[in-house]
Amino acid sequence: MNVCMTINGKEYCHQVEPRLLLIHYLRELVGLTGSHVGCETSLCGACTIELNGRAVKSCTVFAVQADGAKITTVEGLATDGKLHQMQEAFWNEHALQCGFCTPGMIMTAKQILERNPSPTEEKIREGLAGNICRCTGYQHIVKAVKAAATAGN
Amino acid sequence: MSTTITKAETLVGKRIRRREDPRLITGTATYVEDIQMPGMHYAAIVRSPHAAAKIRSINIDAASEAAGVLAVFTGKDTEKVGPVPCGASLPGLRVPHHHILATKRVYFVGHPVAVVVARDRYLAQDAADLVEVDYDILPAVTEPERALAQGAPAVHPEWPDNIAFTYHQDGGDVDQAFAAAEVIVKQRITSQRLIPTAMETRGVVAEWRAADRQLNLYTSTQIPHLVRTLVAGMLGLEENRLRVITPEVGGGFGSKLNVYAEEALMGFIAQRINKPVKWIESRRENFLCTIHGRGHVDYYELAAKRDGTILGIKLKIIQDLGAYHQLLTPAIPTLSVLMMPGIYNTPNIRADIVGVFTNCVPTDAYRGAGRPEATHGIERMVDILADEVNLDPADIRFRNFVSKDKFPFQTATGLTYDSGDYAAPLKKALDLVGYHKLRREQADLRKQGKWLGVGISTYGEICAIGPSPATPAGGWESATVKIEPSGKVTVLTGACPHGQGEETTFAQIVADELGVNIDDVVVIRGDTAIVQYGIGTFGSRGTAIGGTALYFALQDLKAKIKKFAGMFFDAEDVTFSGGEVISNTSGQSKSLRELAAASYRAMKLPPNTEPGLLATRFWEPPNFTFPFGAHIVVTEIDGQTGEVKIRRYVAVDDCGNIINPLIVDGQVHGGIAQGLGQALWEQAVYDENGQLVTGELMDYAVPKAHMMPWIENAHETTPSPVNPLGVKGVGEAGTIGCSPAVVNSVVDALSPLGVRHIDMPLTPEKIWKVMAGRR
Repeated sequence: MNVCMTINGKEYCHQVEPRLLLIHYLRELVGLTGSHVGCETSLCGACTIELNGRAVKSCTVFAVQADGAKITTVEGLATDGKLHQMQEAFWNEHALQCGFCTPGMIMTAKQILERNPSPTEEKIREGLAGNICRCTGYQHIVKAVKAAATAGN
Repeated sequence: MSTTITKAETLVGKRIRRREDPRLITGTATYVEDIQMPGMHYAAIVRSPHAAAKIRSINIDAASEAAGVLAVFTGKDTEKVGPVPCGASLPGLRVPHHHILATKRVYFVGHPVAVVVARDRYLAQDAADLVEVDYDILPAVTEPERALAQGAPAVHPEWPDNIAFTYHQDGGDVDQAFAAAEVIVKQRITSQRLIPTAMETRGVVAEWRAADRQLNLYTSTQIPHLVRTLVAGMLGLEENRLRVITPEVGGGFGSKLNVYAEEALMGFIAQRINKPVKWIESRRENFLCTIHGRGHVDYYELAAKRDGTILGIKLKIIQDLGAYHQLLTPAIPTLSVLMMPGIYNTPNIRADIVGVFTNCVPTDAYRGAGRPEATHGIERMVDILADEVNLDPADIRFRNFVSKDKFPFQTATGLTYDSGDYAAPLKKALDLVGYHKLRREQADLRKQGKWLGVGISTYGEICAIGPSPATPAGGWESATVKIEPSGKVTVLTGACPHGQGEETTFAQIVADELGVNIDDVVVIRGDTAIVQYGIGTFGSRGTAIGGTALYFALQDLKAKIKKFAGMFFDAEDVTFSGGEVISNTSGQSKSLRELAAASYRAMKLPPNTEPGLLATRFWEPPNFTFPFGAHIVVTEIDGQTGEVKIRRYVAVDDCGNIINPLIVDGQVHGGIAQGLGQALWEQAVYDENGQLVTGELMDYAVPKAHMMPWIENAHETTPSPVNPLGVKGVGEAGTIGCSPAVVNSVVDALSPLGVRHIDMPLTPEKIWKVMAGRR
């Protein structure tokens, strides 16, 4: 099947099998390997991307379901060489160690602030509940989201 | 030229953000799965659905003819590949032959049986489903104590008792200690099976360059050089024809401190098909086939005086090994024995280990590896003793600590503790948490029928693993530091950091020693064609051993730089600062760039000096290091549901000198998260048929953000005399200190009900049952 979508502001069209997962489409056909596969069952969130403005786990979406969609991945966050404030906050607060969950975590964190620009710690933790990090214990991630919220307000 | 020398601000000890992060936060880092090569094929592995069975036959016809399939291999094809290696040696150890693909029998669910290679990952998986394996199913045994019982199914028929080894260690005079005891307390304590769950599963890409007889193996590992030596041996390939490349590694926690069947299998396949091949472990495979951790049943006896003075400890460990020995499987419980005295004056110990085969995936090193098990047991036993002799848990610890004037301290298990002030972190933690006020609140709440608990753990651990005589494969580490002709600095470390941040901390050390800008330093690791032999990153050793190797290489390099500087001015006494070498006597200076250029251009050389600026050191540590600390956990128990809520978590750690406090805090938080996971939620559960019930992230409860408390952490600093950096290591401290503090807290909360011990994980169901049974 033919699919076309706008990914990080650029148009892509490919012939794909109906069963191809969006995460594999992004990683292998488009070549954007920033989003990761951590579980294949939408439990870990490492594959989180933005699809038509909503944070979505791309391991449980078929590429054909995203036909015509506007997609942002972690690679699309920095503009003109300037990091997104959430990326900057993750860096400043040491909110990552091995980095594998980080792209999905940043996409989710960004969405948390889009929905609520001044979340409490509890709200931040609730918002992050669909993304697993095994390295940080989440404390520095929570700090990063708070810092990005402060920087954005 | 100025005669006033101002030393630039030092970077060691500063809270600076990591230099590895830009690639990680922009999604441009390269993990194994990100590697693409022309002509690359994908492997899917057929695994046993049974925990114990004979293989009657395997039919690969349909799979071989399926769309896109290039090859199918079974155990017959790989019989000549050497066994998956066990690096641990213990007297009388029974070592089953561990084929990379099963030949006649399978021993655990997930045991690899065949492999399908196809054009893409979907087609490979389709064809794997077409491989027909006819099994003769046999009874399985998954609980170590059941495996020891008469008449239990034999995991390996040649050893019907299921015993892989026994191990005994005595220190002091334990019989005398127990004879003299006024109090003896006993408890069975378990440390359940855990699944390490690195967020990146394992993965391998193998590329065979036939004309060069060169195999390139990309693998997600903590130990690239050991993988190279051992996989070359398995494949019968000369070691210098195998290049192991470790790109970004998405977490290990010990689970990638190993050599796995799939690493050799992909090398085998690449040679056979003469094309690159990729295998990426699914999460399900990761849970079934990557090593698990813990798996202890411990029987403790503690002898003491009525005043709480500990006289001796007896411990019997029943270690669930699983079906095979992976790289270090049998060695892990011996680390528990070394840790038995804790940080107390425990003059007499006796330990017995029984290593037991079960029809489960092997256990091996998982964050802490033997030390959390021991610390959990000791810290629980100290609380049980405190209850028995009616002492406050803090007071009984102060009474038994090795006092700070006794270092170096020789333990009953033969260790020499390097340095310590064990009372200091406990005092600080008690202050931070407001201990005495909490005890008063607890008494008030008890009158209202509410359950508040305060739990203390004062842990010690063995880090910087560790002197070569104490390790199976060499316990040193290597470093090369070179100044390029342009004056820029490159470090090659034999350590293999995968999240620990040594690209930053090592650059901090270099910047300070050479007086260069940190941005002029690049740290390279994880490629056996570039980096001199190294051991790797595990056992909280990266900075304490790898960093020390780097430190000594820097001293050698500085000595050589001084020789070149001596061609221009009197350079006996110099300062390295601001990218320059400056004479402390004359104030004359040359930039490192000029000196590097002179050394490589080599128009003129100092006497007895070779061109170039490079130094390599292999540093053998004279001892382990011994960090310590105190964790205090305040819990509230919901009497209706049995749910444990953590109100406060205070952690005071002493890991020696700190290179980068930001990174150390991250290590402590992450370690505590894994300790809390064990204490409250995580448990690998096999049913009696050997099926892994907790086979996905849906069932295996790793902590998520909303489950974690805010951690209040602080530090004490007692430098280690073992290395010139004075560092000890911090990667495992949080995990080791955590679980007993949590369980002690919950048991403390429930002590009015007469509760003395509960085994982990402390799920609401378990707590509710304990409470319901006693009210």
